[in-house]
Amino acid sequence: MRKILCLLICVVFTGTLFASGSEKGDEFDASTLIMHHIGDSHEWNIISFNKGKENELNITLPLPIILWHKGLHIFMSSKLHKIVKIGDNYVLYEHGHFYITDSNGELFDAEGNIYIKNAEGEIIDAEGAVFTDFDKIINAHPLDFSITQNTASMFMGAILLLLIFGQAARGYIKRGGLSVPQGVQLLVEPLVLFVRDDIVYQQIEDQRKADFFVPYLLTLFCFILINNLIGLVPFFPGASNVSGNISFTFTLAIISFLAVNIFASRDYWKHIFFAPGIPFLIKIFIVPVEFVGLFTKPFALMLRLFANITAGHIIILSLASIIFVMKSFFASPLTIILALVMFCLELLVAFLQAYIFTLLTALFIGMAVNKAHH
Amino acid sequence: MGLLTPDPGLVFWTTLTFVILLLILRKVAWKPILRAIKVRQEYIQFSLRDAETAQETLAQISVKQKEIIEEGRRQRDEIIREARDLKNEIIREAKETAQVEATRIIQQTHEQMVREKKEAILAIKQQISMLSLDIASKILREELATNERQKYIINRHLQEVSLN
Amino acid sequence: MTALGLGIIIFGVGLGIGLIGKGAMESMSRQPEASSKIQTAMIIAAALIEGAALFAIVVCAFIL
Repeated sequence: MRKILCLLICVVFTGTLFASGSEKGDEFDASTLIMHHIGDSHEWNIISFNKGKENELNITLPLPIILWHKGLHIFMSSKLHKIVKIGDNYVLYEHGHFYITDSNGELFDAEGNIYIKNAEGEIIDAEGAVFTDFDKIINAHPLDFSITQNTASMFMGAILLLLIFGQAARGYIKRGGLSVPQGVQLLVEPLVLFVRDDIVYQQIEDQRKADFFVPYLLTLFCFILINNLIGLVPFFPGASNVSGNISFTFTLAIISFLAVNIFASRDYWKHIFFAPGIPFLIKIFIVPVEFVGLFTKPFALMLRLFANITAGHIIILSLASIIFVMKSFFASPLTIILALVMFCLELLVAFLQAYIFTLLTALFIGMAVNKAHH
Repeated sequence: MGLLTPDPGLVFWTTLTFVILLLILRKVAWKPILRAIKVRQEYIQFSLRDAETAQETLAQISVKQKEIIEEGRRQRDEIIREARDLKNEIIREAKETAQVEATRIIQQTHEQMVREKKEAILAIKQQISMLSLDIASKILREELATNERQKYIINRHLQEVSLN
Repeated sequence: MTALGLGIIIFGVGLGIGLIGKGAMESMSRQPEASSKIQTAMIIAAALIEGAALFAIVVCAFIL
């Protein structure tokens, strides 16, 4: 109890240290900060000091930008503060988008107005006013395959997975199946047994078919779990919101969709399109609903994971920014306790969402692959 | 909507990462781990089954053991009974033999006694006859001490014999 | 308008998860031996309902 109190006091005082930095009259913009943390970026932000002031210091790790515009172009993101020459054209990076421009770096909109970047780095129009409505610009976009922060974090998660599970497997190969597990095997084995016995074998009845799907479902569970956990860590290699990125969950949902429908049995398709045993009048309603249900199930999977993880990150970041918005440390003990509680909830949500995604995928695969019980 | 539109670059990299991870993990990690777990599970199942068989055998053996003990007890009782009968039999036989022997001994003694009595009587008779001979000779001597007495006795005996 | 929609969503979710919790507590009190199974099922049902709610929140807040 005493240790917790000491820790709390230390954190409170460090909180005031940072809060006092922004007393000089600028507003602390919580929503942009949060949106920035949740979104993706083309360089890996490690830490930034004195944001929004003259001596702003951003420590970032540059990541490779890979663009496809009449040819593959790769360069590092540190070059992005000005326009970059790729092949015959130039590309300008502004506000998260890449635009193909000419050597002056001009952006066009539908009326023919030209906007260029001035010396301070703001986009101004012909009169010199600052331009912010980027939806109107009709410059071409290159195809963007760059390694963003989320991608790099995902690579890191995949490498971690390979290390952990490779080490465990090596232990099993060296000592054989009948030995007592040691070291990282003790971490890996309950996880593997849990996914295999309580998720896959419960849902898919035929054990040989289940053994075919176990590696996929295990990889899915561990991949989602490790990306959730990495996103929860508040500092450098960890703060990226990978599982809360819609592209990530979209891909996983597509792969689940393919896994369910490619290996489905004939009974499954029969039940969807020619619902047997149902009166014809109701069949007219049931068949479209079942067909749409084919697509809503992975869609729900995608949205569920995305929304849960993103909401968790937003909550934690909001609670942490209350201290900065209020600019006083009397609010900090309460917010720190709240943030701790939310953190624990987010930890639960990390495991739970990975479990639910895998469980529902196993359920759908089971529905597709099991023999019909009539 | 910015948060909700999938970005093709990220979709591409995610698919690539996931598929490569799946293939590599399947070969490097899941195969050995799942195989080892299956081996252990089967070993446990076999061990359990062997333990069950062993328990059944043990139960059978203990039943057999009980039977053997029962048998032994029964045999023991029978042996004791036989022994008791034998003892009685032996005692009876011994008694009979003793009785026969006793009768024989008695008879022998009796015969011996009779014999000895006869012998004794014989001896006494002999003694008596000797004694009587002695006495008779003495008396005769005294009687026939003189010639006259001898002539008188012979004349009397001759008269008696001629009278028959 | 968004705020109103979000408020209604939260109302529905609170009610739904509360009912799940109520059913779970009652059955756990009736049969304490099954309480771990009931707890697992409760968590799964709560996560599914929350999924539907977040679905609606995402449509409400980000799309509209």
